[in-house]
This record gives sequence, C-alpha cells and structure tokens, in this order.
Amino acid sequence: MSCLKALNKFNVYIMTQTEALYHYTLRLGDNSLISGHRLSEWCSRGPILEEDLALTNMALDHIGRAQAFLKYAGELSEKKQTEDDLAYKRGERQFLNNLITELPNQDFAFTIARQLIISCFEFYLYTELCNSNDPIVAGISEKAVKEVKYHLAHATDWTCRLGDGTELSHQKMQKALNDIWMFTGELFEMDETDQVLLKAGIAADMTLIKPLWYNHLKQVTTEAGLKLPEDAYMQSGSRKGIHTEYLGHILSEMQYLQRAYPTAQW
Amino acid sequence: MSTEHIQNAFQQRLDKGDFIEPKDDMPDGYRTHLIRQISQHAHSEVIGMQPEGNWITRAPSLRAKQILLAKIQDEGGHGLYLYSAAETLGITRSEMIQQLHSGKAKYSNIFNYPALTWADIGAIGWLVDGAAIVNQVSLQRTSFGPYSRAMVRICKEESFHQRQGYEIMAHMMNGTADQKEMAQDAMNRWWWPALMMFGPHDSDSPHSGDAFKWKIKRESNDELRQRFIDKTVQQAEVIGLTIPDPKLKWNEAKNHYDHGEINWNEFHEVIRGNGPCNKQRMEHHIKVHEAGAWVREAAEAYKKKRLNKESLVTI
Repeated sequence: MSCLKALNKFNVYIMTQTEALYHYTLRLGDNSLISGHRLSEWCSRGPILEEDLALTNMALDHIGRAQAFLKYAGELSEKKQTEDDLAYKRGERQFLNNLITELPNQDFAFTIARQLIISCFEFYLYTELCNSNDPIVAGISEKAVKEVKYHLAHATDWTCRLGDGTELSHQKMQKALNDIWMFTGELFEMDETDQVLLKAGIAADMTLIKPLWYNHLKQVTTEAGLKLPEDAYMQSGSRKGIHTEYLGHILSEMQYLQRAYPTAQW
Repeated sequence: MSTEHIQNAFQQRLDKGDFIEPKDDMPDGYRTHLIRQISQHAHSEVIGMQPEGNWITRAPSLRAKQILLAKIQDEGGHGLYLYSAAETLGITRSEMIQQLHSGKAKYSNIFNYPALTWADIGAIGWLVDGAAIVNQVSLQRTSFGPYSRAMVRICKEESFHQRQGYEIMAHMMNGTADQKEMAQDAMNRWWWPALMMFGPHDSDSPHSGDAFKWKIKRESNDELRQRFIDKTVQQAEVIGLTIPDPKLKWNEAKNHYDHGEINWNEFHEVIRGNGPCNKQRMEHHIKVHEAGAWVREAAEAYKKKRLNKESLVTI
C-alpha cells in the first residue's frame, strides 16, 4: 500500500482509509470467491437434479459478487490489479476469506449447515452495508441482499427438511452444526480495518450484526428441531491470512491454468 | 374402435401436421419410441454436466467460470424439461434413472469422451453443442407437443452455448503457441466424435423408419450431419483451426463438403461401453444418486409430516 505510511504521535503506523477499504473489499471478495468455489463443486453431485442446479446457481451469485468486490479492491490497490490478478495470482497467505468458507463440502447436511450460517450472516451484513458511505460497497451490497434472501430461504427450507425429516437426516444435520460451530466466531472478528472504516461510516458493525444473526439462527433451528451449539473455543486466523490446509488445495486447483501459463490471456 | 382404426386416425392427424398432446390417443409404439428418445435426450443433458463440471473449479478467469457455471446450469435445466416431457407419457423420473443405471436407457455417446484441457470446454460448446443444435432445431417440428416445445426453448439456450465455446476457441487461437496447440488438439479429438453424434448412416439407422412415419424425426442422420459439417468448416477456417480430415473437400456440384469415412467401429465400441469414460460417467451418477438417497428420504418424510400437521389443523 501507500509508501507514505501515516504515523501517529507515538510513531505507530495508522492504516489509511484506502488501505482499510482495500482489505475490507478483499475480505468480502475472498469470502464470496471461496464460498462460490465450494458450492460449484456440487455440480453433477446434487442429491436431486433440482439441488444440483440450486447450489450451482448460488455458486454463480457468489462468483459474480467476488468479481465485483475484487475489481474494486484491484482499483484501490497500489499496483492497480485486475479482479483476475487478485483471484488467480495471490498465494494462501494473502487470502482473507473466513475459514468456514474453505472447509470441504462433506455431505449435503454440512453444506446446508454452512449455507444457513453464512447466508444468515450475509443477509444482515449486506443489509447493513446497503447504507455504507462508500457508494460502490453499497451498490454491490444492494444486489447481494437480493441474492442472499434466496440463499437464506433455500438453506432454511432444507434445514427444516433435514432437521425434521428422518432420524438419520436429523443426526447428520445436528452433527454438521456441531462440527461447524467453532468456525463461526471468526465471522464477527473486527480489526483495525473495521475500526478505520466504521469511523468513516463505510463498514458494518459486527457487534450489532451478531445478535441479529444468532436470534435468526436460533429461530430456524428451533423450528427444525435442532439445537444451536453452545459457544466454546473458536478458530481464528483468516484476518491475518492464516488458513486451514484446505485453502492451498482450493487455490492450486483454481489457479492452475493461470500459474501454468503465466503469459497467456484467457 | 379397432387398433387399425386408431392407428389410421392417428396417422391422419400426423399427416395433417397436428401436434400430439399427452392425453391424446397414441399407438403404444409411438409412446415407447418417444419415452426412449426423450429420456435418452434428458440423460444426455445430465451426464453432459460431468465433463464440463470437471473444469468449473479450474476455469481460468472469473468471467469464464461464470459463463461455464451458467451454461452447465442450462444443461441441467434442459434435463429437467425433458424428464418432465417424458413423464407426460406415463413414466416417472425415478424409473428413467433406474433404466439409465441398469443400462436399458442410453445417453449420447459423446459424453464418454474426456474433457482433458480448457480447450475441450471450447470444443464441447462449439462442436458438441453445435451438433446438438442442428439436431434440435430439426426436432422443434417433432410431432409430440411437449417435446417440440421443450426443443424451442432449449435451442435458444444452446445457441448461446455454441457461441461460448467458439469464443473460447477463437480466444485461444489468438493467444500463445501453447494455447493454439491446445485448441487444435481439442479440435482433433472432438471432431470425429461430434460427427458420430448424428448416429449411423441412414442406410444403417435402425429406428428411423417409424420415427419418420410418426414425424418424430423430420430429417435423416446424414442430412443433419452434412448441415453441421458445412457450417462448421467455415467457422474453423475463420479462426485458423484445421479440420482433422484429409479427405474434407468442397464439392461444387453437390454444394456440400465431402468428408472422410467415420470410424464406425469406434462408434459401436463406445455404445457397447468401451469408450474412455463410460464406466466413470455411470459410476459417478450411481454413486451420487445413492449418496443422495437419505436426503430424498428426509424430504419425503418431512413432506408427510407437514401434510399430517395440516390435516390435523383442518380437523
């Protein structure tokens, strides 16, 4: 980022608003990209054809949103990168997506549990970001809210079907929620990026979003006869680019052609 | 009315150019032929999602990834319309899937070939969908109403697919030496299987007689194949691709291209299950179907519980 680092009176580096916005849009873009990647893996693997289409349709929404946020991040970056440069030419430690997005799909219950948690989070996040003082963030968020409403409805319907379906589906859905819960804390972590942008009225305040998200999830899982796990130890790391081992495999697959033929245009 | 009477009346309707609708009287042979053909068509759309799906996670740009995702979704959607069209003839989707798994129902041979490089995604869109369009445009006038209407909608989407494939090929032919080589290699591998998609020569086509009489099929395999060759050769030339057929030559007198002999031995071997991916495609479909059984059972159980609750409220 900028060579002229802003220092406060204690000679401590202060992030500029542009730097913060770059990190923030990168985080939003990376979350969409990696979620989209995992959803796209359902292609030709759905339990029924209609679900194959629904999951890949949501993948398409996520990739589209990733493209919009990464394009904006690229414009904000010092090197003026394109959205494809950012998606295809960064390594694992430069990605800022939440760990929950990169976990393998496992079975349909795990995918639905993740979709419920993420869609509910994104619904409140993007609703809030529609009021962002940054017009591009607000614009992308307005489109995202429309898409996420459908994603949330889809995940809610399936949570009820699986939670209140058969004994087996109930067990699988409860296990999925239990297994994934330790990755939810990270969604609400705020760092200097958030603080700088909150002051400027650009970012969303996660402390306000968390109770809305939790209450919504509580309601859906209760309706489905499932229990929301108690908060215990939470995984963390993505804000600093520290990921699970799974991300490296996602990137080695996703970036294969760009890396193998670096001079080619696709 | 005697069977002969019914068949005559049916033939008269067809000869007048009427569409046959699901509740109309129809000979058993007509129904059976259509179930076989439409379910095969539906299965082809669905199995075709596998070779293309193989490249979604590796698509080389965000734009290319979105286009490919949208295209594959269209194919799955075509599968859905076609399963529904076949269901109007008195077969369920789950019966059709059982027939696919048992080997009784087939799908297009073309999807038993592997999608090896990104250029294959171009070749599939351009050549495979291009061949499918020629066949499907002709089927828009097929005599069974639901099938014809499905074709009208499908053709609109397929022409986007063909453009998507051609765009990939054109882009690669404009690119680096590696990209050009990849594109020509894909062309070499997909050209002949694409020609085989139209089926055996008219003289060897076992199902054509009734299909013509019943106006299910309007044009012959060879006529359709020739139309595909004539339009595709020019498209290849424009972007600098060579058709892998040394005998391909414009015939002024016929106003068509002459082409070399298709390897029918390969065609029959692939139908017999000996193509490079027959086993892989079917095992994948069966595995996924079985892995999803608990989800379908849960959805059914949930639906029943809801209906029971609603009926209790009504009481």
